[in-house]
Amino acid sequence: MFDRILPYLLAGISVGGQYALIAVGYTMVYGILRLINFAHGDIFTAAGFFMVYFAAAMPLYVAAPLVVVATVLLGFVVERVAYKPLRSAPRMSIMISAIGVSYLLQNLMWYVTGGLAKQYPVLPWISEQITIGPASTKMATVVTPVITVLLVVALVMLIKHTKIGMAMRAVSRDFETAQLMGIKINSVISMTFVIGSFLAAIGSMLYFSNYTTVTPTIGAMPGLKAFVAAVFGGIGSIPGAVIGAMLIGICENVIKAVGYTTFSDAFTFALLIVVLVFKPTGLFGEKTSEKV
Amino acid sequence: MKKVMALVLALMMVLTCAAFAEDANVIKIGVFEPASGDNGAGGKQEVLGIEYANSLVPTVTIGDTEYTVELVVVDNQSQTDKAVTAAQTLVSEGVSVVLGSYGSGVSMAGGEVFAQAQVPAIGCSCTNPGVTSLCDYYWRICYIDPFQGTVMANFAMEQGAQNAYVLTQLGDDYSTGLGFYFQQAFESLGGTVVAETFTEGTSDFTAYLNNAISAGADVVFAPSSTTSASLIINQAASMNVDFPIMAGDTWESSVILDAVKGTSVQVYCSTFFDERDESNTVAAEFVAGFKEWLNANPDKLTNNGGNDIVAAVSALGYDGYMVALEAVKAAGSASPADIAAALPGVTYDGVTGAIAFDEIGDAQKDMAYIKLANTETGEFDFVKTQTVADLG
Repeated sequence: MFDRILPYLLAGISVGGQYALIAVGYTMVYGILRLINFAHGDIFTAAGFFMVYFAAAMPLYVAAPLVVVATVLLGFVVERVAYKPLRSAPRMSIMISAIGVSYLLQNLMWYVTGGLAKQYPVLPWISEQITIGPASTKMATVVTPVITVLLVVALVMLIKHTKIGMAMRAVSRDFETAQLMGIKINSVISMTFVIGSFLAAIGSMLYFSNYTTVTPTIGAMPGLKAFVAAVFGGIGSIPGAVIGAMLIGICENVIKAVGYTTFSDAFTFALLIVVLVFKPTGLFGEKTSEKV
Repeated sequence: MKKVMALVLALMMVLTCAAFAEDANVIKIGVFEPASGDNGAGGKQEVLGIEYANSLVPTVTIGDTEYTVELVVVDNQSQTDKAVTAAQTLVSEGVSVVLGSYGSGVSMAGGEVFAQAQVPAIGCSCTNPGVTSLCDYYWRICYIDPFQGTVMANFAMEQGAQNAYVLTQLGDDYSTGLGFYFQQAFESLGGTVVAETFTEGTSDFTAYLNNAISAGADVVFAPSSTTSASLIINQAASMNVDFPIMAGDTWESSVILDAVKGTSVQVYCSTFFDERDESNTVAAEFVAGFKEWLNANPDKLTNNGGNDIVAAVSALGYDGYMVALEAVKAAGSASPADIAAALPGVTYDGVTGAIAFDEIGDAQKDMAYIKLANTETGEFDFVKTQTVADLG
């Protein structure tokens, strides 16, 4: 019995880990800006394409760090160009702007790549094959959850114990007051996007090592599911996003294992509705207290 | 100010209309193919065949006047919603006849537009029966899925398979259609089938492959776009599966060869044509000429996937173009209505065999080539041909 379930669990945890790395980006931006950054899934895709093109032009040990830098830069620029000018605009405007950026990025990638699927380069070690009991899989499957947990622990430490982390917490509590206390909110917000994009870049390397085809719209599904994970775990909560993502990854695979392959996506989104109806703040969401 | 703007815009429209005015001695042939999206790679190869044919025969004589053939190429992006817009572009460009498309779903979507505009279309490699049976203005020069599914089911049985796992993409007419005909044939031969579907945009196929393993499948039949195919093959390779994976004509592509190379996965597909088949002199001539043309044009070689392997869809594109010219000649006119009236009577001995249409509009093709993707050389090895008669 265990032999039969193990491969599904492995796949589930690995996919969950990848969703988690994206979900953290969603949840951090939401926590601070109260903005759902719809372009996040496309930044994840862009990271995939950066790797495809960089790896073709230079050795991998140069390409990989460069991919991370380029992705972080992209996240930073998106925030500066599309979100910062709308800081004092109604929240709806900035959300529409995010949707606009998402489509812009998708179409840009479509234009640049000609819309054909590109093969992701083989990364050493994590693309290697390993056998665990009855299941044979890629190293990335096993490594992903470990890297995810390490990165998230590091992130939580950063937020709890550093000055910039303290500033982030302050900004997420109250925008104006934080500003009055002398916190440069623009640099704090930029930092949030930098961290989110960094995690998306790492996530994309792990994801595409397993699923080696990159297309302009490939980030849409993982992006949406990561968003569901962030809501499920309680948007704004980092550990919540990780646990939510893991649960979704595992559930998805278990549902496919039971034979309901057609409904595995439907399940994910039905879950979103159920969570919103019964526990609007998610598993670990902060309780909203009315300000007087 | 606004009035001036409006005037300028109106003038521009008039001017552009004037620029598009018909040249008396040009006949336009629409090329309705995907150049991007899931089936972009294959669509480009089909266009290559059409372009090659056009480079050989760039004119057609109607009555006593020689007309230059102008190809109008649009990209339907492998998506049924985009296909409608692409088809409308062709119609408004005033094409006399349409070639394509790679992919049945987009052909069926475009077919409605062509039927409404009464422009005849010739399908080159779309295999779903619905393309022609549901549309009076669609003809087709390749075999269809009930035949292809039966061929592959018989072949799977011959390979000793008893339990098949059929994996198709929800909402893709080609994929679900071919999967259904395979299942029907395989079950009527006494095999058992487990059928499952995946949604568009799926990247994680490990759960599906695990399901195939736990269902005790000894063959997987997964007709799908090449983008999904390379993901399926990749993941099958990393899971070390021991069953062969089979599919239809779409998988005869460099994308598959690249995915299979260096792995231990056995991939079989059926297709319309084999470049090493020497029995047909027209075909041998085509293959030699096409390779030379590809190697002389670096851009074309890139579009072919970077090598000069002749894909079956290129051969069909070539035949499609020739059939279209035959129809124009038979009609003795460049008007779409006359061509549509002449098409049913057209016969042509093409690269992919003799072409003659039945009352539905399908060519009477009854031979499929089964090929195995070689994991070492990265080429397709010819396995066997199969005709309807062989199947008994």
